[in-house]
Amino acid sequence: MYKIVSKKELNSTVTMMDIYAPFVAKKAEAGQFIILRVNEDGERMPLTIAGFDREAGTVRIIFQVVGATTTLLNQKNEGEYIEDFAGPLGNPTKTDNLKKVAIVGGGVGCAIALPVAQKLHKLGCEVHSIIGFRNEDLVILEDEFKAASDKLIVMTDDGSKGRRGLVTEPLKELIESGEEYDEVIAIGPLVMMKFVVLTTKPYGVKTTVSMNPVMIDGTGMCGGCRLTVGGKVKFACVDGPDFDGFLVDFDEAIARSNMYKPFEERKREENCNLLNMKVK
Amino acid sequence: MANMSLNKNPMPTQDPKVRAKNFLEVATGYSEQAALDEAARCLNCKNMPCVSGCPVNIHIPDFIEKVREGDFEEAYKIISKSSSLPAVCGRVCPQENQCEAKCVRGIKGEPVGIGRLERFVADWHNEHSSAVETAPEKNGHKVAVVGSGPAGLTCAGDLAKSGYEVTVFEALHTAGGVLVYGIPEFRLPKKIVAKEIETLKKLGVKIETNIIIGKTLTVDELFDMGFEAVFIGSGAGLPRFMGIDGENLKGVYSANEFLTRSNLMKAYEENSATPILRAEKVAVVGGEMLRWMLQERRFALAQKRFILYTVAPLKNFLQDRKRLSMLWRRALNSNFFAIL
Ligand SMILES: Cc1cc2nc3c(=O)[nH]c(=O)nc-3n(C[C@H](O)[C@H](O)[C@H](O)COP(=O)(O)OP(=O)(O)OC[C@H]3O[C@@H](n4cnc5c(N)ncnc54)[C@H](O)[C@@H]3O)c2cc1C
Ligand code: SF4
Ligand code: FES
Repeated sequence: MYKIVSKKELNSTVTMMDIYAPFVAKKAEAGQFIILRVNEDGERMPLTIAGFDREAGTVRIIFQVVGATTTLLNQKNEGEYIEDFAGPLGNPTKTDNLKKVAIVGGGVGCAIALPVAQKLHKLGCEVHSIIGFRNEDLVILEDEFKAASDKLIVMTDDGSKGRRGLVTEPLKELIESGEEYDEVIAIGPLVMMKFVVLTTKPYGVKTTVSMNPVMIDGTGMCGGCRLTVGGKVKFACVDGPDFDGFLVDFDEAIARSNMYKPFEERKREENCNLLNMKVK
Repeated sequence: MANMSLNKNPMPTQDPKVRAKNFLEVATGYSEQAALDEAARCLNCKNMPCVSGCPVNIHIPDFIEKVREGDFEEAYKIISKSSSLPAVCGRVCPQENQCEAKCVRGIKGEPVGIGRLERFVADWHNEHSSAVETAPEKNGHKVAVVGSGPAGLTCAGDLAKSGYEVTVFEALHTAGGVLVYGIPEFRLPKKIVAKEIETLKKLGVKIETNIIIGKTLTVDELFDMGFEAVFIGSGAGLPRFMGIDGENLKGVYSANEFLTRSNLMKAYEENSATPILRAEKVAVVGGEMLRWMLQERRFALAQKRFILYTVAPLKNFLQDRKRLSMLWRRALNSNFFAIL
């Protein structure tokens, strides 16, 4: 059992938790992930490590309430426990020899992008962050990004905060205006990452994407998380989660990520009904 | 006087019509009567050929003799001197290639049902015995075991019996390895595995789940923590894909993924939190699952139709049981399972 040391709602659908897991906290690096189960018989759910405090022994997770398991997790409060918490899994994001990077985050993906930005910033790298959200209410971690970036551009789909439009627009402008990035790191929805790659490819700017396919064990045992990268099968949980964006077959990954959509929708409805009953 | 019947006492099973609709164990196990009768088929051979076929050299004629005398607890004690997982091995060991392949009764007729007797004895003990397992006196040495599959558990059990302080580290949330994530409930009920693990805990074995050695802790750190030896039993269960067109399409599973969803995560249950695809039409590629299905005569999730694509000719599979089970174990990982 792993204790929820703190819980904070970042916006109406995104929650941040610090979990007491000293073994994981001791080893965690930006870019790695954990797998948790909220309760016995729960689903194994991967979440990227959004931060850690080695001394306090805590690991930070930030999640968007989208399905049955995230709904269950969100019902847990500070001081309560979750059943399982294993990690750190996957490889840390490579940060060696980077002098100037653009970090592109989309939605809850920004939570994952932040520790990477912080780490690079600390290492003395020039960090330009472009973070995108649907609207003002969904903006998260703006101050944290400001502190970790030399340049920050906030985008919203409807213009209710920052600039109106997609993250790829300012990215393209920056590259065209002569910014020479060693690397662009994109973390967010698959479609966003696909378009970031389409934006950077013509300029040949190395682009790293963080892939989050459906997973079960997270240890390389099942192959459920496989992707095609450069024509070869790769397991996101052990070979990734970061991959060279130019080589990832996004269309395949997008198709695979929809595998359980009908199931998820049914589950969420069941859960909502259950909750409504309890409220009554 | 030995029972000279040429045939083993048959294994009672659930009615096929009933078992097709549930996930309960198919084979229901010998009654006391059947066990006594089967035990009487053993000739108590002096040179014990059966023992030479057993990887852990269980004193087979000795335990069978105790069964014949009706002293099932004593029979259990004899088995557990050599095996830490009798209820599991009695069910899933390929006895037809091991002890039973060497049994002299197999020359003229069927060999003694050693596996069935082992299972009977273990189940009898688990149900009736009031004997309390106690941790033996500690010898002051600490050993770490990586992986809680049958290899790790056996190692842990043997060491604990000799007084070592053993901690098993498991990457997943449940101990058991393939026994819990791979082998289906109807072949090896999870509560049997849990019971065997309880027995190990009573012997003083500690089990730490959610620890991935190499990630959460390294082997060097284990030594720093005071472990003097590390046994690595991490399994060989990694799927290898064949590079066939369409292999990564939505709906294509590796055997391991399908089994893990179904068994470890209990996706066969109606209200499971973990999803699994259910389709009208199923294609299975590879020979391994074929044996599994022939053996169980049904397909776990009761699809209406399935098509088998085997990598070896079907005829050979059907004719050659030995080869089949060898292939089963050797090639498990190279096959994949598709629901299209
Ligand atoms: C469906 C199926 C049916 C089978 N049926 C039979 C049968 O009837 N008879 C038979 O004899 N054999 C059968 N087998 C084969 C048998 O299950 C395997 O030979 C056996 O499980 C191997 O045991 P093991 O302990 O070496 O490895 P595993 O059972 O694979 O256990 C390894 C364990 O180590 C853990 N691990 C791995 N890496 C790490 C790490 N770094 N840190 C911590 N933990 C780690 C894994 O999570 C796993 O729990 C079957 C296999 C399958 C898949
Ligand atoms: S070989 Fe067969 S008959 Fe002989 S002792 Fe072993 S089990 Fe009994
Ligand atoms: S999640 Fe099973 S292999 Fe990656």
